[in-house]
Amino acid sequence: MNEHALSSETHDYPYPDSKGRYGAYGGKFVPETLMPALTELEDAYNRAKDDEAFQRRLRRYQKDYIGRPTPLFFAERFTNRLGGARVYFKREDLAHTGAHKINNALGQVLLAQAMGKERIIAETGAGQHGVATATAAAQVGLECDVYMGEEDMARQELNVFRMRLLGARVIPVTAGSRTLKDAINESIRDWVTNIGNTHYVLGTVHGPHPYPMICRDFQKIIGEETRRQLQEKEGRLPDVLLACVGGGSNSIGLFFDFLGDPGVRMIGVEAGGFGIDTQRHAARFAGGVQGTLHGAMSYVLQDIHGQILGTHSVSAGLDYPSVGPEHAYLHGAGRVQYVYANDDEALEGFQLVSRLEGIIPALESAHAIGHAVKIVPAMKPDEIVVINMSGRGDKDVQQATRFINPAKEDL
Amino acid sequence: MNRIDARFNELRSRGETAFIPYIAAGDPILDRTEQFILDFEQAGVDVLELGVPFSDPLADGVVNQEAAQRALQGDVSLEDILAMVKRVRQGGCELPLLLFTYFNPVLAYGLELFAAAAADAGVDGVLCVDLPVEEAEEYRQRLQDKGIATVFLAAPTSTPERIKRIAEASTGFIYYVSRTGVTGVQERVEDTVKGAVGAIRQHTDKPVAVGFGISRPEQAAEVAAYADGVVVGSAIVRLIGEHGNHANAIEQVGAFVRSLVDATKSVRRAAS
Repeated sequence: MNEHALSSETHDYPYPDSKGRYGAYGGKFVPETLMPALTELEDAYNRAKDDEAFQRRLRRYQKDYIGRPTPLFFAERFTNRLGGARVYFKREDLAHTGAHKINNALGQVLLAQAMGKERIIAETGAGQHGVATATAAAQVGLECDVYMGEEDMARQELNVFRMRLLGARVIPVTAGSRTLKDAINESIRDWVTNIGNTHYVLGTVHGPHPYPMICRDFQKIIGEETRRQLQEKEGRLPDVLLACVGGGSNSIGLFFDFLGDPGVRMIGVEAGGFGIDTQRHAARFAGGVQGTLHGAMSYVLQDIHGQILGTHSVSAGLDYPSVGPEHAYLHGAGRVQYVYANDDEALEGFQLVSRLEGIIPALESAHAIGHAVKIVPAMKPDEIVVINMSGRGDKDVQQATRFINPAKEDL
Repeated sequence: MNRIDARFNELRSRGETAFIPYIAAGDPILDRTEQFILDFEQAGVDVLELGVPFSDPLADGVVNQEAAQRALQGDVSLEDILAMVKRVRQGGCELPLLLFTYFNPVLAYGLELFAAAAADAGVDGVLCVDLPVEEAEEYRQRLQDKGIATVFLAAPTSTPERIKRIAEASTGFIYYVSRTGVTGVQERVEDTVKGAVGAIRQHTDKPVAVGFGISRPEQAAEVAAYADGVVVGSAIVRLIGEHGNHANAIEQVGAFVRSLVDATKSVRRAAS
């Protein structure tokens, strides 16, 4: 494997390269029909990047519509409870629609509009990306269809209603495991068929190039703000960054601006589900191997014949058998450490932060909290940990009632 | 010489067009697939595309998705398919065989091991539906070293520069996808297909086959008038879905395949 050591300056960071690769990972593993569309998208994105009017419009939306910058909040009672490092939450849960997903969805919808596309499609797992895309499409007046696995529709009824309220059509996916991966298959089939007038808003840092790059670029504002905000509050860099990793967009968003700071440790937390020995999990780095799925070379949970395995997580947003190719690279380069938290640890973090801070985190974000509970007590009081509170947990309350009974829990 | 090249040379000298059916290997079970292969050879099929079932077939419509699911219910693997191919070759079958697959099962097998095993089994060509020419350098090298043809897709969206590159990278033939979409049946073949095949011919002398959406004998005849090969997949796979488990499956499917062979062969083009 050809893994380069990371340079200390993020702007020298060479990925993706001209082939859309992050070391051995990434690329474009898609049917020929899509290849010209990916080139068109990359060209349009590069033009938008240099277009001052586009950037002004994006910044205005980020500020006045999404509500950026999101706060960086010192979680004092949580810090005191764990008795180690000082813990901050980056409050992406306070972004419009309740999660970081809007950063990418809005950016891509503005891009689609600049490309002259009339129709938007998206896949969704937990429903957060679907809601964010439906929201952005409503804001600029584009038609929007969202593919969602039947199983996820049942788990996330509230978000299905929200998307429909926002004027999107939610199309149930009944193939395969009826979850996120099948919704992506169906979105790609739709895109192949309607490529002339449709833009596919892929919701994470996965898929064929240029998607992982575009999504990362729209999410990296999370880390840029965190750096500035922490500088104001503490006058220094964080020691540890913690974020959950499904496809990996909120984590890349937080990490990217700090890749060139060698003193900043980064930990991505995958879904351990029922435990990785049970084969019912979504911990790609712990249980996966190199493979191609949905257009990218990365780590994939698969059997020895290359068939994709089913996954399990209490949180729909982490329930996915592959991970963004840039994470695969950062894993190989040793720059980011990848761990996992099981369902029960996430549910514990979910309740703990709700009670101690009055913040109900998304079950996805609760995985990062679950890991913080393990490592923060052993850290020094002058150290600083930032957890990406990637989304709010209102959407998960119904699901959580199946597993916990807050009245009986004594923390 | 590779069986696919030999067959196209022979057809060219007679002014005939190749008929190329697609079936999913292992649908409903591999023994049945073996019987189809032997019957298709008798029926005058020129090249058979054998689909390797994959759990996430994102280029396929619902008919081929369901076929892959049926095959995977029987746990059919690439390894099993190669063993079956080897068996039919040992029995004397000379029908040119092309594996139609997604890249991940091939990658999981290992490119080098796969190329050796496929050549040993008697596979003549491979088409990876989600492997564009940009990503295919090592793959092409490994397969071509073993004398296996690498067929690539060209699409209505492909630019002239891409067509040129695809034509260069393809061996055996070039597979023109007749529409922007997934595999499946459609009412009519788009008017633009003939012109697109002509445009590919400006870059290459290699045979050009047309597929995706051709389902009836009259459509096959229409395309046979200008293409070197006609591919029919979903319409046959649908029939296998309906009759595959029945005692008369071979007769039912064989009769339809023969009607498509006849339609394709009813057309004569200038021999060369």
